[in-house]
Amino acid sequence: MRRPLWLYRLAVVATLVVVLEVLCLTGVIDKITMQAPHLMARDLYRMLVTGRMNGAIAKTATNTLISFVLAMTAGILTGVVLHRHRMMRDTLDPLFATYYAVPIFAFYPFLIVVFGLGDTPQILIGFMLGVVAVIVNTLNGLDRVPTVLSKTARVLRLSHADTALSMTLPAAAPYILTGIKLAVAYAFIGVIGSEFIMSRGGIGYEISFAYTNFDNATMYPLIVLIVIASVAINGLLSLWERRLLGRRGLQ
Amino acid sequence: MTVAQVTLENVGKTFQTGRPPSPLHALGPVDLTLERGEFFAVVGPSGCGKSTLLEVIAGLTPATEGRVEFEGRAIAGEPPDGIGIVFQEDATLPWLNVADNVAFGLRRSSLGAGEKKSRVANALNLVGLSDFATSYPAQLSGGMRQRVCIARTLVMEPRLILLDEPFGALDQQTRLLMGDEVLRLWRQTGATVFLITHALDEATMLADRIGVMSARPGRLIDVVETHWPRDRDSRIVEHPEFGAITARLWKTLREESMKTIGRAGV
Repeated sequence: MRRPLWLYRLAVVATLVVVLEVLCLTGVIDKITMQAPHLMARDLYRMLVTGRMNGAIAKTATNTLISFVLAMTAGILTGVVLHRHRMMRDTLDPLFATYYAVPIFAFYPFLIVVFGLGDTPQILIGFMLGVVAVIVNTLNGLDRVPTVLSKTARVLRLSHADTALSMTLPAAAPYILTGIKLAVAYAFIGVIGSEFIMSRGGIGYEISFAYTNFDNATMYPLIVLIVIASVAINGLLSLWERRLLGRRGLQ
Repeated sequence: MTVAQVTLENVGKTFQTGRPPSPLHALGPVDLTLERGEFFAVVGPSGCGKSTLLEVIAGLTPATEGRVEFEGRAIAGEPPDGIGIVFQEDATLPWLNVADNVAFGLRRSSLGAGEKKSRVANALNLVGLSDFATSYPAQLSGGMRQRVCIARTLVMEPRLILLDEPFGALDQQTRLLMGDEVLRLWRQTGATVFLITHALDEATMLADRIGVMSARPGRLIDVVETHWPRDRDSRIVEHPEFGAITARLWKTLREESMKTIGRAGV
């Protein structure tokens, strides 16, 4: 029997929204601090209909997508290559383990100096945040491919490339997908975070701009938009993951 | 008329393990000739190098001594065309359904789509899985998953089928039934079958000839001929000779098995 957990989940979120609404309407939270949720929804709707933020949304979405695709591609390729070269891997493994102790955003000013205040530094920050998660999870997945499968590939006389594409990577897919999910989140964090710090556009920049101008009617709807977008994308990935795992009897 | 299909001359395998015991002399010297179309089984104490022998014949592991030939050509490093293997471990691909798993065996083949499809259907029919073509391996029992692997090997129409304890993980009844199926497939395909097993009765029931291996380093210390008719099934266990052959295998093997558990002469 499957409990309707998503219903309870929705109820939790709805309750929080209602509490916030009440707090705002009764003046416990004043107007300068935060708008009532229903006003956020109205402003978001107006923003989308008038299209005044379309440029910023498109810029952030494009940069996030580029950043994610780069991290995923480079991460999987690097993982596959490292898995075949034991020495290189043993050399790099400790570096991967400590990688996330480094605050990647610290490199942002340096990247701006090198590449200028265009899209490149923001894309690179998202890429740098995500790529190692993909590499580590790809390696983890490839480690778990049963040896009997690589023997089977050899008996079927598959080429190295065909073995990787048709056998090893699909076998490692559930683990690689974990890395991919992280790369999506990191791409968002990297791109929007950099826009906050210093940039010439994008959702992060607009939120920061609205904040310094006490423009709650722009700031909160944009925050809501980001939350909705990241939850929706993550939800879709999880759905895909569940189907993938379910088929393999892993759930 | 018999034709040699596989020839092993003085074949041995020594592993450089890098830590003691190294070098590890796992196998040999082994001299063996498999005749086209015969059913040869190998029994031996655990750890005697049975699987190493199979991998050497398959071309998965290069022999460090001697010479291995398949159909007149030396096997060096990689598996040659015409050999199929079914392993003990589950080798189904969990992301593909049964039909796609079986079709995977034809990945390198240049056959047309129609011919591939009919071969897959035929192989599924042979192993009795036609009704499960669209199921995923996770939905099947262990025995059914092994049949998927057998079907994937059969679509390639191998001339030599190597079975590495394919029923080792299955229960006794399923093993007997799978044995019947293997005998039927062996007759229908005309392929040579080389079976590694630790079950003496399984070897006796299935094979034309049974090789008994010594403790490590594995050598063939006895080859027993069963003289069963080609048309046979698991009911051969009722044959008066069955017990005698199995007893002979055990007599040879008992002493060897004792060595591996360190109680020689008990």
